Amino acid sequence: MKRFAGFVRKEFIHIFRDPLTMIILFVIPALMTLLFGFVITTELKDVRVAFLDLSRDEMTQKIADKISSSGFFMRAGDLENYGEIDGALRSQRVKVVIIFGEHFGRNLLSEGRATLHIVTDGSEPNVATQATSFISAIAADVNRELAGTAVTANLLVQPEVRMVYNPALKSQYMFVPGLITMIMILICALMTSITLTREKEFGTMEALLVSPLKPIQIIMGKVIPYFFLSLIDAVLIILLSRLVFGLEVKGSLFLLWLEVMLYILMSLSLGILISSVAKTMQQAIFITLVGGMLPTVLLSGFIFPVESMPGAYRWVSAVLPPRYFIVILKNIMIKGTGFLHVWKETLILFLFAVFFVVMSIRSFKVRLE
Amino acid sequence: MGKQAVITVRQLVKKFGAFTANDHLSFDVYEGEIFGFLGANGAGKTTAIRILSGLSQPTSGSVRVAGFDAAREPEKIKKNIGYMCQKFSLYEDLTVRENIMLYGGIYGMPKKVIRERCGELLDRLQFSAYGDRLIAGLPLGFRQKLAFSVAVLHQPRIVFLDEPTGGVDPVARRQFWELIYETAAAGITVFVTTHYMDEAEYCDRISIMSEGKIVAIGTPEELKSTWQAASVEEVFVKIARPQHVTI
Amino acid sequence: MRNEQKQEVIRASGIAKSFGTTEALKEISFGVNEGEIFGFIGPDGAGKTTLFRILTTLLLPGKGSMTVLGRDVVREFRKLRGEIGYMPGRFSLYMDLTVGENLRFYASVFGTTIEENYDLIRDIYTHIEPFTNRLAGRLSGGMKQKLALSCALIHRPRLLVLDEPTTGVDAVSRTEFWEMLRQLREHRITVLVSTPYMDEAMRCDRVALLQEGRILAIDTPENIRQGYSRRLYSVRSAEKFRLITALRKFPETRTAWPFGEDVHVTFREEGRASGLENFLREVGITDARITEIRAGIEDCFLELMGGAHAGP
Repeated sequence: MKRFAGFVRKEFIHIFRDPLTMIILFVIPALMTLLFGFVITTELKDVRVAFLDLSRDEMTQKIADKISSSGFFMRAGDLENYGEIDGALRSQRVKVVIIFGEHFGRNLLSEGRATLHIVTDGSEPNVATQATSFISAIAADVNRELAGTAVTANLLVQPEVRMVYNPALKSQYMFVPGLITMIMILICALMTSITLTREKEFGTMEALLVSPLKPIQIIMGKVIPYFFLSLIDAVLIILLSRLVFGLEVKGSLFLLWLEVMLYILMSLSLGILISSVAKTMQQAIFITLVGGMLPTVLLSGFIFPVESMPGAYRWVSAVLPPRYFIVILKNIMIKGTGFLHVWKETLILFLFAVFFVVMSIRSFKVRLE
Repeated sequence: MGKQAVITVRQLVKKFGAFTANDHLSFDVYEGEIFGFLGANGAGKTTAIRILSGLSQPTSGSVRVAGFDAAREPEKIKKNIGYMCQKFSLYEDLTVRENIMLYGGIYGMPKKVIRERCGELLDRLQFSAYGDRLIAGLPLGFRQKLAFSVAVLHQPRIVFLDEPTGGVDPVARRQFWELIYETAAAGITVFVTTHYMDEAEYCDRISIMSEGKIVAIGTPEELKSTWQAASVEEVFVKIARPQHVTI
Repeated sequence: MRNEQKQEVIRASGIAKSFGTTEALKEISFGVNEGEIFGFIGPDGAGKTTLFRILTTLLLPGKGSMTVLGRDVVREFRKLRGEIGYMPGRFSLYMDLTVGENLRFYASVFGTTIEENYDLIRDIYTHIEPFTNRLAGRLSGGMKQKLALSCALIHRPRLLVLDEPTTGVDAVSRTEFWEMLRQLREHRITVLVSTPYMDEAMRCDRVALLQEGRILAIDTPENIRQGYSRRLYSVRSAEKFRLITALRKFPETRTAWPFGEDVHVTFREEGRASGLENFLREVGITDARITEIRAGIEDCFLELMGGAHAGP
């Protein structure tokens, strides 16, 4: 145990003595959180909106006026048919198109429901999401007014959001789960694979191997410091998004931390597995970034939604552990669902973790060949 | 020996802040001479060589190398010197011939001349059969002879060698020294820096640096008799053991 | 020279090792006795590092068997690790840790403390103790070497394995280093050391001369020198290159190798040195001094190599 403690102490010295490691560990995650957060919460004002009104009745006029006079939107002309929507969005003349279908007012009065379609430019997700939530709020206002008239007590307006270029953007806080997912794998896999290959490259691994330290001790000695540091990072990101952007974790905090720990463990063993293949730090960085980070960013649903990927990409995405972790985080943090909703993803992550742990211990070389 | 100086150093001082790396060095190196430049780690050897090869400016004093002033004409110096260090001189993933062509190209030699000299070089070393072999597959002794020949391909006035024969087998080592003798006999000055004291025994003259100063200079025989030592190593240990420990 | 009362700490029989098509070691056998300083002397690529790695269980031998401290290097590698003090060629220090931190780390890894074994490293460590708080990366070569030696000794191993400890270290530090190894003998620690420097052979109790994966000779340095069977002459002249060329032309010359300021010469038939002086005078070398000398280790090494011209 004394041996192991000495080893862990050495690892902490390495980490705290290297300014670059400290920056990667704490400054970059904080910066990324703030950067992503501020990009998303830019204030919404005078967003150009166009109407496609196919029923032209009293109700649609009323709602259109309400939207135009809200201060958030600026009416930038009307469209005649569906065919014009795409052009209007692509030419950047308008950011949002609001569609009233045929017989809107009549449906609302006779059937008690009517659908208001909102088409937004998904290439600017912050504008798209905020515009959508404002229009939803205005629709709710209309509903309340209708309820007050007593004649048609239960009539509802249902805004249906359809985004042409980014159809699955669902939450304004989606970046937080994605960010945690990405940063955890960056720190865990990259840092552990670098720190192990560094011992090989500087020749210190030779001395470690000839010592009585067992492979499991060497591996755990590398894993434990980064396990704690990654946990601190997760706390940092979640605290920042709470304090600066007001994102509250809706679900169970206890469950959240258990899931985070599972994911960290999985990423750490992935890093060790990489280090058993890589001979130099350069190789370790390359394998982790190209083989790990890039697919995580592109294919796990962090930037591009999995639902909108072509078949082959979806298959690749299925073997990327971060993909499941993003789903788990979104469910716990934003939707507030419990373990029953994420048990499948958790099980998959658990199996990945077991696989990587077993593989990394088995592939750890006790000799130099 | 012609006794014409190709390196003239007078009162050379190089300071880094308050630290004096070279403290009033003065010495000459002559044409066709094999000059050994010795010193302990941190004695100021590397600093001096950087100045001699035009990579660094002296703080004060005058340094002339191959007829050019080191402070004002470093670029001209670089054209007239060659350099070889034991470990990193040749590209392992290129063939013998490709390395030669590359090196000649770097010194701006015309293609035709490079090709001629490449042939001569391979003939002289009896390496003609190996022109298209990768460096990586060749024995160390072979590589060193080749690296040296490449370093003098552009016929410099002076060639700087850094620990040229450390680690090679005794036969290859001697073959290498014979190549150096041949080069020196042809008029090229060979400037050797080394840790390896019995390498110093092969030089015509040696200087020993300690704590920024030259503390001994002469032929190995002269130094050994002055310090009553059996070898240059003994001389070195007697005079270079620092008075107070420096790191 | 095997003394039967001495206990063998290493016994190697027929050890061979190949990497792809290169044979690094070609069935070598040797024994090392307890308490001696045993040197493997040979150039780069002779197989020194490969041998030491097999010995320290870091590599598996391709053929043959070896016991170290009574344990088989293949089957009992776990137990053996921890009983050896090993200093690899690149010193194995953490450059971002201080001198004290490095030593403390190696002590803890071997389950001991600096205090427990301080008496063993005192003579070595006092040289670097003033710099306890300096980062290892900022030490000179000689200081790094002393720290690495302290780290390799901190768990009081019975066998110390040093792979090229003096390469890249200046002559002053080398001399000090050998003095330290001498002192270790008082603690009955067996020292196995490799070096490309021929002159260091004289500082060992016994040596093995290694070349291209084979042992050329194995004995005390003195016996190896005694074993040189020819008469050896040293020739000196101010014009070295002309001298060598002339010596090669002299019909009776068998070998002529430059040795520092001199050229060492052997003749086809003994006693032909007399004709040489005249020959040299005839070709214009008038200052030649010819003296008969005793062979050094390097002369022996050259002789044992068969004077073979190393071609590719």
